[in-house]
Amino acid sequence: MTAFALTGPASLRRAIAIAKPSALPGFGITFGFALAYLSLIVLIPLSLLVWRASGLGLGGLLGIATQPRVRAALETSFYLSFAAAALNAVFGLVIAWVLTRYTFPGRALIDAMVDLPFALPTAVAGIALAALYAPNGWVGFWLDAWFGLKVAFTPLGIFVALTFIGLPFVVRTVQPVIAELDREIEEASATLGASRFQTIARVILPTLVPAILTGFALAFARAVGEYGSVIFIAGNMPFVSEIAPLLIIVQLEEFNYAGATAIATIMLALSFATLFAINLTQAWSRRRLGHG
Amino acid sequence: MRARTGIEAAPAAIHVEAITKAFGATAALDGIDLDIRGGELLALLGPSGSGKTTLLRVIAGLEPITSGRVLFGDEDATRLAVQRRHVGFVFQHYALFRHMTVADNIAYGLAVRPRSERPSRTDIRRRVSELLDLVRLPGLEKRYPGQLSGGQRQRVALARALAVDPKVLLLDEPFGALDAQVRRDLRRWLREIHERTGHTTIFVTHDQDEALELADRVAVLSRGRIEQVGTPDEIYDRPSSAFVAGFVGQPTRLDVVVVDGKVRLGDVTLSAAAPAVPAGPAALFVRPADIDLEAASGPRIAATVAGVRRAGAVRRIELRVADGHPPVEAEIAPGRAIARGDAVNFTLKALRLFPSH
Repeated sequence: MTAFALTGPASLRRAIAIAKPSALPGFGITFGFALAYLSLIVLIPLSLLVWRASGLGLGGLLGIATQPRVRAALETSFYLSFAAAALNAVFGLVIAWVLTRYTFPGRALIDAMVDLPFALPTAVAGIALAALYAPNGWVGFWLDAWFGLKVAFTPLGIFVALTFIGLPFVVRTVQPVIAELDREIEEASATLGASRFQTIARVILPTLVPAILTGFALAFARAVGEYGSVIFIAGNMPFVSEIAPLLIIVQLEEFNYAGATAIATIMLALSFATLFAINLTQAWSRRRLGHG
Repeated sequence: MRARTGIEAAPAAIHVEAITKAFGATAALDGIDLDIRGGELLALLGPSGSGKTTLLRVIAGLEPITSGRVLFGDEDATRLAVQRRHVGFVFQHYALFRHMTVADNIAYGLAVRPRSERPSRTDIRRRVSELLDLVRLPGLEKRYPGQLSGGQRQRVALARALAVDPKVLLLDEPFGALDAQVRRDLRRWLREIHERTGHTTIFVTHDQDEALELADRVAVLSRGRIEQVGTPDEIYDRPSSAFVAGFVGQPTRLDVVVVDGKVRLGDVTLSAAAPAVPAGPAALFVRPADIDLEAASGPRIAATVAGVRRAGAVRRIELRVADGHPPVEAEIAPGRAIARGDAVNFTLKALRLFPSH
């Protein structure tokens, strides 16, 4: 694009050039490469999905979306993903704080453990969680005996699995920001008479909000699409503990490709809307921090 | 809120007694005694690593100490938490809260007070706009720190520190991160603010011009100890230690020998009068203004001109004395004809002599 623009007359060049003239060369090649790559890996598969679903028409899509079983599965998926990401935002923040601010024996070990949910095959995680939280499992038995709480094969089990896989996202996005927090702003707050609690609430947390939101969005996105770890612990009862990705598989197994694409498209639209909203909030909070 | 109640509390004097702070085996502060008078503007001057910032942070309560006491007036503040010392601290890099507007930054110290002591919203707003007028940034309430220049941020940081009506104002390298022109303006302006508000003020600097020009008194620090405390005139004219003499006034150090009460530089006897320095090797600190190229009498030192540079109103020449000595800098009038390679003779107007160690 710019290569062409450079050869044209000035007025034409101004009209065509996408990027502002810059001393840093390479816009044309990097932009072209990024676009080609993104198209191949992301845009084309997704547009194919939308194209396949468009055969149903908007009415058909809505019809499928409002089917009670589909609706229930979508609600299970999105609500629980949201809840799990919210829980991760809180505990991920605490873990990131402890790992960055304090030195203690075994810190490097714990730091490495945070990434395990990334590395473990999700099915392995699902089976391990199911075994632990099952009514006869190590944790599940006592939860049931003490609190009458059943985790495995209930929506609570889905919540546990989604929390497990989402944790690293929050920790890893918040950690570098905490590491770069200027100790002087905490000291400034203290010299001005603020208690430690006030310093955390008024100075530290607002500074971390953009990073926490990013981590939350990533954990949420991951949880919405999660399949492997959930199906083992969920019990997969329609209307109770069935997640939307599982419903897609069920439709595929029944050769109902239109139904599967429809649910997938609805999920895509909902996910995109949620992530876009989170990104807007984030852009707004970043602007307030003067990141431009 | 002294200004609002109309009660003028006398600015607090600060006494620092035998402060020692150890970092492992090394002492960051090594037995510091310092009395700061109420309402005084005092500079802590020293090279980096001298402990000046650590001392400032100890006074603020930001740094724990190994032993010693800090008194604010008659009150022992040694065990007082930072929050309860009522100091105004201006950090070197300002440490403004980036997610808050200028107004919220300045109001912070008032807004975090317990409800019973917190001024009303309108009072806080009025106080903020008073302070913005004082630091000459009226109308910038709604801006964020990221939208301000370095000098403006510095002034917001000062307004924020003044808002809580501190017992003492502590500034860490207040002009360190600013360019030369802004520094000069802010120096004059800080002096004005100090005269208007009357706070006991301590500032840290490595810039001797800044310390001498701005402060009522200067404390020179080196390696965790105080070398000398005095007015700028005392520090400049009567340095009491070799360190101070070598630090203030851009001197060149020449190694001389004291023999039979006479000071000898190579073959030249500089002074027949008995200096208050024991016999043996000694250090002579020569400032550019000490060198007299015109004197008709006195012991003359032969030198060659190794370089000529223009420095503001004067010219600086580098004089190479005998072998083994570093070149000596001298100031001469721009009109005088002198060139590289010229042979000259000079005498010294003052002898700043200290025993070698």
